[in-house]
Order: sequence, then structure tokens, then C-alpha cells
Amino acid sequence: MGMTSAQKRGFGATLWDWLTTVDHKKIGILYLAGGGFFFLLGGLEAVIIRIQLISPENNFISAGLYNEMITMHGTTMIFLAAMPILLGLMNFIMPLQIGARDVAFPFLNSLGFWLFLFGGVLLNLSWFTGAPDAGWTNYAPLSIQSPGHGVDFYIMGLQLSGAGTLMGGINFIVTIVLMRAPGMTYMRMPLFTWTTFVASILILFAFPALTVGLFLMMFDRMFGSAFFDAALGGNAVIWQHLFWIFGHPEVYILILPVFGVFSEVFPTFAKKRLFGYTAMVFATFLIAFLGFMVWAHHMFTVGLGPVANSIFAVATMAIAVPTGIKIFNWLFTLWGGSIKINSAMLWSLAFIPSFTIGGMTGVMLASAVADYQYHDSYFVIGHFHYVIVGGTVFGILAGLHYWWPKMFGKYLHEGLGQISFWTFFVGFHLTFFIQHFLGLMGMPRRYWVFLENQGLDTGNLISSIGAFFMSFGVIVFLINIIYTTIKGKKAPRDAWGSGRTLEWTISSPPVHYNYKQLPLVRGLDPLWIEKMEGNKKMTPAEPVDEIHMPNGSILPLIMTIGFTIASYGFIYQTGNKYWLIAVYAGMAIALISMLTRSLKDDHGHHISKEELERVGD
Amino acid sequence: MTDEMSTRKINSFQKQKNKQEMQKMVVSFALMIFFTLVAFALVMLEVPSTYVIPIILLLAFVQVSFQFFYFMHLKDKGHEVPSQIIYGGVFITVMVALTFTVITWW
Repeated sequence: MGMTSAQKRGFGATLWDWLTTVDHKKIGILYLAGGGFFFLLGGLEAVIIRIQLISPENNFISAGLYNEMITMHGTTMIFLAAMPILLGLMNFIMPLQIGARDVAFPFLNSLGFWLFLFGGVLLNLSWFTGAPDAGWTNYAPLSIQSPGHGVDFYIMGLQLSGAGTLMGGINFIVTIVLMRAPGMTYMRMPLFTWTTFVASILILFAFPALTVGLFLMMFDRMFGSAFFDAALGGNAVIWQHLFWIFGHPEVYILILPVFGVFSEVFPTFAKKRLFGYTAMVFATFLIAFLGFMVWAHHMFTVGLGPVANSIFAVATMAIAVPTGIKIFNWLFTLWGGSIKINSAMLWSLAFIPSFTIGGMTGVMLASAVADYQYHDSYFVIGHFHYVIVGGTVFGILAGLHYWWPKMFGKYLHEGLGQISFWTFFVGFHLTFFIQHFLGLMGMPRRYWVFLENQGLDTGNLISSIGAFFMSFGVIVFLINIIYTTIKGKKAPRDAWGSGRTLEWTISSPPVHYNYKQLPLVRGLDPLWIEKMEGNKKMTPAEPVDEIHMPNGSILPLIMTIGFTIASYGFIYQTGNKYWLIAVYAGMAIALISMLTRSLKDDHGHHISKEELERVGD
Repeated sequence: MTDEMSTRKINSFQKQKNKQEMQKMVVSFALMIFFTLVAFALVMLEVPSTYVIPIILLLAFVQVSFQFFYFMHLKDKGHEVPSQIIYGGVFITVMVALTFTVITWW
């Protein structure tokens, strides 16, 4: 199956290929497409929120719809946009960077993607019948008392997509531990691989807390238990704990991979080795470790007592140290480098000051005493948008511009890239900088309207104008994608000419088995080492021989459809017991697919030596 | 000829190692069943709970260690990374349980 047969395939065959694929590169692209779709949806919700707040006592949407809008904006952006897009980048790039031909569990990889997608679609279908409206944190008892099925959709949708994410995390850990190319020791792994590894460990430890919390919430809402009902001896604070034991590591799951992206972009475009590689790895682990013991800083005003608050405050402030190490290492990487500025580099450079402002307000919020003033105000909104947009979104866009030629074989248009960067960058600071001051002036978050002449009018208008700038930037980026797909400039293997890591040694886009021969890694930045010694390409670590690859399978999709039907059943069986049929039918479909998978042997296929030699390099 | 002999030597070495491994597994399995019986017996004999609870916790701790080190091979060479990850998980679980105990339930 070379390129020629792929081009001749009809629409049906192509669709079937994508539905059954277990190729980590195709699943990566699916993640990017799915996450990108939800990013646009979440962005639309954000714009609606900003239109509602453009003037005092505005009546653009009703109060109830506003609650649904903020809940869905937060939930969509975190669970369905930012994280899947990162998983997409990891999926595509990480195996290439360690010189592997696929991930350790290709079937699981596909299942993880479909679970994420159907979880997201399930959650968003709630728009037709009433979306969740208890905030993205879904605090009990508000969420327990929320009428209708909105919160039920939140529970089942996140349970599905969360299971998918957990599978992804486990898969990446095993891949990195077991499937590195010969010579690729841990301390020779590129930083993006390192951060993927650490973020996956965070996923492994953090998501079970969410799963447990969602199950308890599910039992409370659907089966009459009382875990969070104080009247029956439950405790609503437990939801907050469980949510934030997951939720705080989650923000590091969002930021660590993009730290990896920047650590690839800066050395490539400064033509210098990453400054302080060992310190970077160490700082990544330290952030992950500390990230697990700070969750209660989201709960300073709950009344945990001064001792607990102080401990969590100090631990939180400590995270600024390893993060500071990273910021300085990036600056020192740039120092004295021969710097080339393009879109990928612009997003990375803009990240440093933007994220540092977010980090600074983070330390301010970490002070438990001061937090009583900031809590639930627009100051918090300003803070976390600075770290999530200024960190994660900038990083995703830097990564997309940087790896687009590798993923699709074509360069994104540079001019369009710069237009979208500048409008988004200006819009971002316009929107969120002023929100810090709105918060300090007393504007609470999650309020539907604000009153006239309280000094909040101009600030909110400016913030809304910024949101339109950001929307314009995103639209230009979409146009850029379409333009590039139709008539983009073709990219060679080493697309930027100064690539350092293994992914730049193979064709753009890579063949489905990635490496004809696994490369021999002789140090950190293996491609750079070979270049410095005047070698045109990597030294192979093995002779050309048969390659064993996994077969595609439709089972992950069927399994997921089963779970989705069952989720619908769970949501609606509270009103009408006939919906239990959907629970049983859905579970039957899922379990039969699992049984089929277990009992039917699938040994994959081999690509013969002759075919590999015919294809050439 | 020498090749064949060395393979045979490795095989017999491997065989002996497997045998030892199997012995350890059977012993720890028997011990685990014994501990479970002890735990049940203590409850059925109505020993005061001041003694039963710490003893059962201790037995549980030993059983978990058997599970990790013998059945999940944490003690084996070449299993360093999985072991580290398990220890990390244990650490976080203990910390979470401790925090819940101290600041929510106490």
C-alpha cells in the first residue's frame, strides 16, 4: 500500500480508513480536528458571554442561558479543546521523536480518541434539551439541585471523555518507557517527549479522582445516594476536594506539554542547544510533584482553617521556583543565538511575558489572606486566562506552526500566520488585562449583568472589543489552514533547516511505518550531532527488514457507540424506566465488542523487505 | 558446540530461577490466604476492636506489599520505572487520604 493506491481510493474507503485507523499519526490528526472543532464551539460561547457583558444590564441572553454558556465554555475549553489538541500533538510527534513506529497500544489509542469525541458530542447535544448550568467546577449542592438533565449530561460526557484521556496517558507512558530507539536513553529524550511523559503520569494519577467524583455525583443525581447531601449526612466539600485533586494537576497537564513545545521551538530557531537541559527535566518533575499538593488553594474561602490554608499557600508559592527556572532557561537559550523570527517563534516569544504575568498573579492568589479579596472575582478570570490562553493556547499555536510541515507536508502561510498572531495577541491582552482591575474593583465572576456607573462600563467594553480581535485572529488562522491545504509550499524532511530531533529525519508527512530503519541515537539532539559531523542522514541501528505493524479495527468505534447509548440510558432512566433498555443494550454492544477483541486473535501485518526497498528512502 | 553448551547452561540457570520464583509466589500466596483467615478469625472470635483494627490494617499492609513486590514484580531488575510510578501513586493516594482525614472528617 504505497501513496499511489491511497490516491486512487474512493470516498467510502477513505472514510473507512479513518474510522478504523490505529496509526498514531492519523489519530493525532483526528484529535487535532476534534479538539479544533470544540475550540471553535467554546470560542463562540466566549464571544456570546462577552457580547452579553459589553454594556451594563444588557439583555442579549437570559440569565439561565448565561449560566449554561459559562459552564459550557469552561468545560469545553478545558476538556474538549485544550487537552485533546495537546493529545493530538503528543500522539503525532512523540513517537517520531523517540524513533518508534507506533504507540505501545494502538487499539487503545483509537478507543481513547473515540471516547473523547463521543463524550464531547454527548455533552454538547445537551444544548438541545438544556445544557449544564452549575459552572465548569460543578460544585455540589448547586449541581445536585440543578433541575433538568443538564448536569447529567456533564457527568456522563466527562466520564466518557475522561476515560479516553486516561487511556491516552497510560499509552504514552508505556510507549516512552519501552519503545525508544536504540541509544535513546532517558536523558537524551527531547523535552517535548519528557513533558509528554510527565503530563501522562499526571493524567494517570489525577483522572481517577475525577472519575470517582463523577461516579459519586452520578449516584447522587440518578440513584438517590447522598454523598454530597448534608441533610442526609453527606458532605458537599468532598466534591470540591475530589474535583480539585483532579483539577489542579489538570492545569499542569495543560501547561507542561506546551513547555515542551517551547523547548523545541526556541533551540530550533535560535540555532542553539537548549540551555540547562537537565535543569529543565528536573523542573518539569518538580512542577508535577508540587502540582499534586496544592489543590486546596482553590478552596481557601471554604473554611479549612488557618493551618491548612497556610500549608497550601506555601506549597503553591513554591511552584513559582521551578517555573522560574524554566523561564530563565528559555531566555538563556535565546541569548546569543542566531534567531530567526517566524509565526512559531512569535507565539513562543509572546508566551514568555504573557505567561509570566499569569504566574505573577498566581503567586498573588496563592497568598491565602489576599485570596479572600480576589476569590470569585474577575481577578481570578484574568489570572487563569493569562496562564491558559497565554500559556496553553499560545503553545498549541506555536506547536501547530512548528510541526505543520511535518504533519501535513506543507508550510502554513507566514503572512497569514503573522496577521493572526498580532490580532490574537493584541486582542488577548485587551480582553484579559483589564479584567484584573475589574476584579479588584469588585466585579464578581459568573454574574449575568453588572450595573451602570459603578466604574465597570469602560473596562467591560474594552474586554469585549478584545474578544472580537481574538476571534478575527482565529478566523485568519482557519483561512490559513484552508489556503495551506490547497496551495501551501511543500516542505522537505528538515523543514526549518535547523531541526535537531528525530522527527526531522523522516519524510514530511512521514510514511505510515515512520522509520524504514530505526535510527541510532548518539546523544541529545541526534540530528544536530549528525549534521555537525557532516553526515547527511542518521546512522541506521538495524538492517532493512520486515516491519510488523498493527491492523486497523472498527471495534473501538463500536465500543464507544455502545457506551454512548448506555450513557443516554443512564441520563433519562431517572424519568422513565424504559430507558434502562438503552443502558442494557449499550452495555451489551460495548461488552460484546470487548469480548470479540479478546477472543479474536489479530497479529497485525508485515511490510515485506522487498516493498520497503522498492519505496526507497 | 560451545555455543550450544552455553545456551544449555543459560537454560538451566533460567529454569532454576523460574523454579525459585515459583516457590516464592506459592509461599506468598499461601501467606496471603493465611492472613485473610487470621483476619476473619479475629473478627469472628470477637476480639475487642482496639486490637482488631490495627492488626487487620497491619495484615493488609503486608498483603499489599506481597501483591506489589511478588505478584506485580516491583522487586525485579528492569522494573525501576514502573516501580517509581507505583510508588508515586501510593504517595499521592496516602497524601489525599491523610488530607481528607485531617481537614474534612476530623
